[in-house]
Amino acid sequence: MLEFPRWKVWLVSLVVALGVLLSIPSLIAGTQVARYWPSWMPQYKVNLGLDLAGGSHLLLEADQADALKTRLQGMEDSVSTELRRDPRIDIGDISTANGALSFMVRDPTQVDAAVERMRKLTQPVALTGNRDWDVTVVDSTRIVLTPTPSGTAKALKDAMGVARDVVRRRIDPSGTKEITVITEGGNRILVEVPGVEDPEALKRLVGQTARLEFKLVDLSANPQDVQQGHAPPGSQVLPMAKGGGFIAVKRRVMVSGEQITKATQGYDQNGRPDIEITFNTAGARRFGRTTQENVGKPFAIILDDKVLSYPNINEPILGGNAQITGDFTVQSANDLAVSLASGKLPIKLIPIEERTVSAELGADSIHKGAIAAIVSVLGVVVFMLVTYGRFGVYANIALVVNAFLILGIMAMFNATLTLPGIAGFVLTIGAAVDANVLINERIREEIRRGRRLIDAVETGYHEAFRAIFDANVTHVISAGIMAYFGSGPVRGFAVVLLIGVVTSVFTAVYFTRMLVALWIRRARPRELHI
Amino acid sequence: MKLVKLVPDHTNLDFMRWRNLALILSIIATAASIAFTAYRGLNLGIDFIGGEVVRAEFAQPVHIDDLRTRVDRLGVGEASIQALGNDRTYQIRLPKPAGSDAASNATVTKLRAAIPQAYPGARVAAGESVSGKVSEELAQDSAMAIGFAMIGIAIYIWIRFEWQFGVGALLTLAHDIAMTLGFFAFTRLQVDLNVVAAFLTIVGYSLNDTVVIYDRIRENLRKYRKMAILPLLNLSLNETLARTVVTSLTVLLALGVLMLIGPQVIFGLAIAIFLGVVIGTYSSIYISAPVLVWLGVTPHSFLKPEDSETAEAQPA
Repeated sequence: MLEFPRWKVWLVSLVVALGVLLSIPSLIAGTQVARYWPSWMPQYKVNLGLDLAGGSHLLLEADQADALKTRLQGMEDSVSTELRRDPRIDIGDISTANGALSFMVRDPTQVDAAVERMRKLTQPVALTGNRDWDVTVVDSTRIVLTPTPSGTAKALKDAMGVARDVVRRRIDPSGTKEITVITEGGNRILVEVPGVEDPEALKRLVGQTARLEFKLVDLSANPQDVQQGHAPPGSQVLPMAKGGGFIAVKRRVMVSGEQITKATQGYDQNGRPDIEITFNTAGARRFGRTTQENVGKPFAIILDDKVLSYPNINEPILGGNAQITGDFTVQSANDLAVSLASGKLPIKLIPIEERTVSAELGADSIHKGAIAAIVSVLGVVVFMLVTYGRFGVYANIALVVNAFLILGIMAMFNATLTLPGIAGFVLTIGAAVDANVLINERIREEIRRGRRLIDAVETGYHEAFRAIFDANVTHVISAGIMAYFGSGPVRGFAVVLLIGVVTSVFTAVYFTRMLVALWIRRARPRELHI
Repeated sequence: MKLVKLVPDHTNLDFMRWRNLALILSIIATAASIAFTAYRGLNLGIDFIGGEVVRAEFAQPVHIDDLRTRVDRLGVGEASIQALGNDRTYQIRLPKPAGSDAASNATVTKLRAAIPQAYPGARVAAGESVSGKVSEELAQDSAMAIGFAMIGIAIYIWIRFEWQFGVGALLTLAHDIAMTLGFFAFTRLQVDLNVVAAFLTIVGYSLNDTVVIYDRIRENLRKYRKMAILPLLNLSLNETLARTVVTSLTVLLALGVLMLIGPQVIFGLAIAIFLGVVIGTYSSIYISAPVLVWLGVTPHSFLKPEDSETAEAQPA
């Protein structure tokens, strides 16, 4: 009991001092005092959750039906391009129904050659031994390409990775804000943006796929057929973005959004908002050549399969700069410019959960939470003092040290403090003294049984530890499960409980034992007032 | 300084004398809680059934009927409006839009715009929108988490003690959770994710007392091998009574403060844990301990008499 070597005392004191130092930046954050905190001191700060800092939380889910559709369309384009290389293979009756791409080979002798070319389009999926598409022949002339599950899974995984980066670039083009953008559960993206109180702004930015294409308008198409949805071969019918109606455009893409290097919001000659874009070298060359060859004809500007406008090519556009005109407001032009500059989303994202808290409400929660925490500590401190006297003082010192340690550790790991986390803090304060209560009651008991002072203290600490350990394991189990299953604020609560369990065992058992040992060694008391 | 002793030295209450009465009361209360929860249902928040909630703060006091009329006029569906503490802060809850997985919050957008128009100085302080899909998952995850926590802790107790103690812990937990659920069903307090966090905390903390008492029972079983089980339980309960009272009071003190002056958003969490601690204290005495009698725990339940603890133990 009294064997508490000097180095151990120093070590424990060091840990305590470190905890206090680490917690100070979080405590003084946002106040005037913060300016006097020297820069060579630790600067770690506790992260405030959105419910305390204010901000928006948005959970997006990939639209997998849309993803499949896009994938089938992409495959259809690849198939057309591939088979154009062999003029002998003529296909027709292309269908993307039932989640598979199928087409008829008109000349039965060319089926094998076509299948061979299809096989070349499929790719192995790493580690699975499967290919991303199954190629089969039905009714001897119909080739069916079916996406395999592993191919679909890989496509989703790749798309989510890209989508996450695109979402981040759109919300935070400068890359300076402290935002969270993470993928969850394979098909979801969680976005947390402190300070933004209007989730609509976020949803406008991430709600657009922003697939931009420039295609020539098919002037040969019969306008009546177009309104019926029929287009000549090599063309397709697309709806207008505003005002209804349809228009036929060539399938071949002149240039697409991938070739854009810069997009900003500007104004056209009439003072209406537009988007000014700059193509990269390859895009500029292609755009220049196509416009050169088609002077006097209109081209369609297509965003997410809707035609924004179809201006005439008055002269070849050679500099690689172009304007996108359409029915824009400054806001929508700006959003589209950001979306174009950050690249298209490889997959459509649907918001499935959103939560917003204003900064004022968050500040109010911090204020009320802090007052509640302080009053709780004071209440518990007084209670312990009148119940256990000197040993209560030791428990109280441990309690305060514990509060600093929890905060310090959270700051060091950059953990997030949420509103339920403050409740966890208060709860930990109430429960942390349980260890001291157990020990002190046991010491009282041992003294009643007639043990000598040092013996009673020693037995008290030793016998109480078993129950303290078991009780804390049960807390760890429930808090661990909470941290695993919970999200956001609840996880913040669990984190505080988990850290609190570890620190309270250190402060309530080890630290107080040191204080008691030092006191007994110094004062050599004859009897214990407990 | 005279120290306060809430429980006098040499207290010797015959707890076990009332164990059958307590059991009957507990069974009735638990059954009533379960029946109540099943019959009236819980007031589930949007976290678990989807929908939208807006918290609006007004510059001047607003009458709830006035607000209701104006919200109804927006045509955003059947809104339920609730005052939060005073007549300047209201929670407006809207059902989830039918037939859509997306958290379509066109209605929230409408409210956001309409409230400051109708009431100068008013603002929407917080808004939440949860789709049916997410809420189903949250409900499932929450139920699973509580179940896993209960079983996990019971298994731990079984490993550290004996199987009878594990069963006792599990029954105690089931009792505490059922009673707290019944309380929420009775008061119609809203059950949200925070309250589930509170339930998980109850699972951990209500067993705190049980573990301490079990630890003492085990110690006494090894120490007094000839003592009958009922007096032994009484002895253990009395020996740990001072600690039970003091600890419960400190936790309740801290939680009571949080409940009364803490942020309103976590009132549900605070009251759930507060209640859980009260019920847990009771059940650690009247469920955890008597279960051991019915499951036939004797000194022979611990088959390793040469344990270090036995060797150290000295007669009182």
